[in-house]
Amino acid sequence: MTAVAVPGAGGAPDPAADAAAESRAPAVTAKDVRRELRRQLFRSKTFLGGMIIILFWAFCAAFPAVIATDDPSRQDPASKWVRPFTDGFLFGADRSGRDVFSRMVYGAREIMIIAPAAVVLGTLIGITLGLLMGYFGGPLDDVISRIIEALMSLPVILVALLALSALDASRLTIILLIGFLFGPIIGRTVRAAVLTERNLDYVRAAELRGERSTYIMFVEILPNVVGPIIVEFTVRLGYAVFTMAGLAFIGFGTQPGSPDWGRTIFEERSSLLSDVWWPSLVPALALASLVVAINMVADAIQGLVDR
Amino acid sequence: MARYVLRRVGLALITLFILSVVVFVVASVLPGSVGRAILGPFADQQSVDQLNKDLGQDGSLISRYLRWAGNALTGDFGDSFKYRRPVMDFVPTALWASVKLALMTIVIVVPLGILGGVVAALRQGKAADRFLTIAGLSLAVTPEFVVGIVLILVFAVNLGWLPAGGSAKGSLWEQFQVLLLPSLTLTAILFGYLSRMARAGTIEALNADYTRTATLKGLKRRTVLRRHVLRNSLLPTIAVIASQMAYLLGGLLVTETLFNYRGLGLLIFEAAGDRDIPMLMGAVFIVGALAMLMTLLADVLIAWLNPRVRLGSKA
Amino acid sequence: MSTPALEFKELHLAYVVRGVPREVLRGVSFSVQPGESYGLVGESGCGKSTAAYAAVRYLPRNAKILSGSVELGGRDVMSLGTEELRLLRANNASIVYQDPGQALNPTIKVGPQLAEAFTVTGMSASDAAVQARAMLQKVQIADPDSVLGRYPHQLSGGMQQRVVIAMALACDPQLLILDEPTTGLDATVEAEVLDLVRKLRDEYGTSVLFISHNLGAVRSMCDRVGVLYAGQLVEEGSAQEVFDAPQHPYTVGLLRCLPRHGSKKTDQRLETIPGFLPLLGADLPTCVFVDRCPLADEICRTQVPPMVDLGGRIARCHHTDRVHDIAVADLPKGTASTVDRTRDPLLQLRGVSKTFHQGGKQIKAVRDVTLDLFPGETLGLVGESGSGKTTLAHTILGIHAPDQAGTLTFAGTPLASHTRKRSDDAIRGIQIVFQNPDSALNRRHSVRRIIGRSLRRLAKVEPAKIEDELHEITAAVRLTDRHLDMRPAQLSGGLKQRVAIARAFAGRPRIVVCDEPTSALDVSVQAAILNLLSDLQRDGDTSYVFISHDLRVVRYLSDRIAVLYLGRIMELGPAERVFDGPHHPYTEALLSAAPSVEGDTRVRIKLEGEIPSAMNVPTGCVFHTRCPRKLEGDICSTQEPPLNPTPDGGVIRCHIPFDQLGGGPVQVELTRRSGDV
Repeated sequence: MTAVAVPGAGGAPDPAADAAAESRAPAVTAKDVRRELRRQLFRSKTFLGGMIIILFWAFCAAFPAVIATDDPSRQDPASKWVRPFTDGFLFGADRSGRDVFSRMVYGAREIMIIAPAAVVLGTLIGITLGLLMGYFGGPLDDVISRIIEALMSLPVILVALLALSALDASRLTIILLIGFLFGPIIGRTVRAAVLTERNLDYVRAAELRGERSTYIMFVEILPNVVGPIIVEFTVRLGYAVFTMAGLAFIGFGTQPGSPDWGRTIFEERSSLLSDVWWPSLVPALALASLVVAINMVADAIQGLVDR
Repeated sequence: MARYVLRRVGLALITLFILSVVVFVVASVLPGSVGRAILGPFADQQSVDQLNKDLGQDGSLISRYLRWAGNALTGDFGDSFKYRRPVMDFVPTALWASVKLALMTIVIVVPLGILGGVVAALRQGKAADRFLTIAGLSLAVTPEFVVGIVLILVFAVNLGWLPAGGSAKGSLWEQFQVLLLPSLTLTAILFGYLSRMARAGTIEALNADYTRTATLKGLKRRTVLRRHVLRNSLLPTIAVIASQMAYLLGGLLVTETLFNYRGLGLLIFEAAGDRDIPMLMGAVFIVGALAMLMTLLADVLIAWLNPRVRLGSKA
Repeated sequence: MSTPALEFKELHLAYVVRGVPREVLRGVSFSVQPGESYGLVGESGCGKSTAAYAAVRYLPRNAKILSGSVELGGRDVMSLGTEELRLLRANNASIVYQDPGQALNPTIKVGPQLAEAFTVTGMSASDAAVQARAMLQKVQIADPDSVLGRYPHQLSGGMQQRVVIAMALACDPQLLILDEPTTGLDATVEAEVLDLVRKLRDEYGTSVLFISHNLGAVRSMCDRVGVLYAGQLVEEGSAQEVFDAPQHPYTVGLLRCLPRHGSKKTDQRLETIPGFLPLLGADLPTCVFVDRCPLADEICRTQVPPMVDLGGRIARCHHTDRVHDIAVADLPKGTASTVDRTRDPLLQLRGVSKTFHQGGKQIKAVRDVTLDLFPGETLGLVGESGSGKTTLAHTILGIHAPDQAGTLTFAGTPLASHTRKRSDDAIRGIQIVFQNPDSALNRRHSVRRIIGRSLRRLAKVEPAKIEDELHEITAAVRLTDRHLDMRPAQLSGGLKQRVAIARAFAGRPRIVVCDEPTSALDVSVQAAILNLLSDLQRDGDTSYVFISHDLRVVRYLSDRIAVLYLGRIMELGPAERVFDGPHHPYTEALLSAAPSVEGDTRVRIKLEGEIPSAMNVPTGCVFHTRCPRKLEGDICSTQEPPLNPTPDGGVIRCHIPFDQLGGGPVQVELTRRSGDV
């Protein structure tokens, strides 16, 4: 992009020429920038790879019957511990003779509903908290910060466990619980980003224009902290899957016999010692692939936001 | 500095109070009555009420909190529902077992993580960096029990080198064998996090103007790294790591369950399964208080390492 | 001729971005002779810092030498081995750059840090400690033993830069490179640091490569000067010749952009250089300046201009014979001064103070300020950092409330302390243009949205009419409609500042606070912005409160000037009188600290020590601790002088009678002291 300016002969610049020439910058609009960002994202192998895996599991969660080869809960004592790739059992069969592959496909559902829902809730809470704390600061910020610090000194899974042993562990409870536990954590990230923005002069300019606090927070500041929020969302999504699986593994949040991955690993882990690895390893790898994929996407977005 | 420490301790006490409220409130949202939960649906109301009274489950929420917190201050977390013995009969032994596991993990992961981070930082953008970053990230986000299962499969089942679980008893060597797999599991989780912190700290110091000054002074690269880069990046990194120990404690719960290791994590897991609320509250509160203490120590350490805070500025 | 201390030979250097080399230095050749001081000037992005770091081969990983070489003391820097390069840096060349606070390691005390520079040359630790102390004395640090034991953050910016200079000179290098060493420091501190460098350079016989955007500082420091444009040296010669009679159209333009000594907006508009600086690594036509050059013709577009030898100086231009023909632009006369002081003042401050409370301590940032601002008038605020000029401006805007005692009146009605409590009229009436447009514009909003919102909020324009108003105001700040859909990131610095100005003017304000509006911009852009500001002022009868550390800019634009020191007005009066005298001793010192590109005839008045902390203000006259004209006896240290009225309607806070103050034509001889040239 070269700027071409041919000033009038004789060398006496026209008073407005400086500005006119200066304005011959390439016409790039905001839309172009967004398109360019999207293009770069889709060129990133990490992003694409992660996205493909996530979409695969999302598809399994939505339409498991399309992929699964069997009913996940059909038991058949005759097929107990059939090894993978035999008798039509792609990934073998478990102690009750259920098809490990089909259970893996169906097992995606619970986690693919709970984790995103919980993180959406947490992000909404986090954005509100973060904007309030970062923009107003002062005593409000101090009080909420203390509460968050207390919450964060406890591993999320412990608090969840504490609450779930008191409450009944329905799907909604788990979503609310993880959402409310993640909210303050996300809030802290949002707050840090808001604090940086708050010191910029455009916020001061809005105040000097007599704008209301809600306008400044949601219209002026929020669009500028979207980057960190998206990154935080994806990272927390990974953690939500992690936490949710951990809870399922210690027996909370899913019914016994459910094909959920964490639950299955918990129930089948004892057969490991008999060298029967497939009933627990298959869901374990499925779980690992999902978290790693989410984090690949998070990493790719982070790389783009940082620049 | 003294002022800073005092302030920090004051804040920690407030946080501790909030923590106790959180633990109490979360555990008290139990619908219905504890006595009924224990005695079952067929017991008569009178004995349920009596049990509730014995268990300290009567009265308003606030009076119950005050009673619980007051006793907790004296180290009394009440009696376990299940064992009908004081919670504190169980917690110290379990805590000691968990501390052993945590220490073993720290001994392995801290040097490893820092080394990985520094190497990645010095090779920034090259293959070694990409590998360490991606491997660390993938391990860090894979649930403990997934890593643990793989480790058990390989080292306990197939190779038969190490026990697949159990408690740390007997000679030091036996204890070491029992501890190795669980601590490697935790190491896998923490390595990525630690090396990421160390990498970021080192890169920041590498890019700092004072490092440029040192290089242009004509110092040897080794001297620049030791005196100017690592000195500014590592000690704070270690302190930051210490402040993130809550993650390690969370990992203990699942790892101890998987390896059937009698620590605080397994104690909490079983208490949750048995709905043994006093045991659960006591153990969780102690875990939180410990994490908070470590954060406090780490913050003080960070401050002490920074002359700006230690000496105050006097321009 | 002996071997030059530094020699660039046709150096072509590129940064490789995504596999594409982008040329930053396009065949740069110059040399610095032993004992010589060579200045490198140019606007941002012209490659001057890259040249500095190329000299010690400290380049980013993606830098690539395409051809040519750099020789330091006759050795090719680019072909040295790692160890040789290290020894070269240790023994032969040192570099000092801006922001000394960052250049020192925060966790190591000054003593050991300085000693390192000696041990690296093979000295024993104990000798190094002795040498470090001696070196601190050399850089005129009064209390070296205490400084050695301190951490860098415990020193002021000026002291830190002295320590860095001590470190640089430790190895007695043949070449000292100074890359914007005083940027960010106050003019008075800058002058002291430059004095020190000058003295040590003469003492050690060191060659100096001095890089700065401050043309005055370069002129005062250097024997010869090279002018860089788009990675090419376009002109070189003795400092005096280049600045007094430039031979390249770019140098001519650059110098004319600066407000001339004593020039005012009422006399003349500023000249500007039309067009843009080419982007880094852009594919350039044969002459790099052709797109912006008033002399450009066919030959400039087809043939690379030669380096024309003009007898001891060179210029890269086809038309050196015609350079002096470049017409002094037939610029329209500037705005006629229409400030009518018989009208009611627009803004009145009476006894306004602002005290901040921090950790139980009081910081009196502004003390007892009384002043009037008339319609269409520009009031310049001048002072070192910490003088309270920004706090005062923020108090006027209602960013923070003043202390109880004072009053602010705007257009005859009392002004509420805080923006939130102000009427729509008051909010609309007082707006601001910030220093840094990157921070002042919301990166996520389009230009249309940024200006449109102000039109709606401030001018209460109905939605249907917004579009028309938008076109009108963008035209007024010389933006085009195409810019409306862009975001700030897609605009150059100058264009961004125009958007910020449009936003401030959207509600037709009566007063605009300009807080260093051009200090983040290059001089050629600065000139265009200053022209715009004076046009807008004339058209709208707007008043300005204008803050700048660049005294010439302040003088160019201001009708009256207030000089602040530790939150107090030391002097207030018409711009001419404040600049030319008689003026306050502090003003005098401040003015003499800023080197001039025309060459200095004035004698520098040194200020001793540093500006005291606002937490611990001196007794009596707050300036007495640094005042070069402190009176005999203890009146200055015990009694705060009143604000004495001056014949021209201003005030001066000094015990010395008005007719005995320095600066006036008659008084020049009195203030000039012997041996201080």
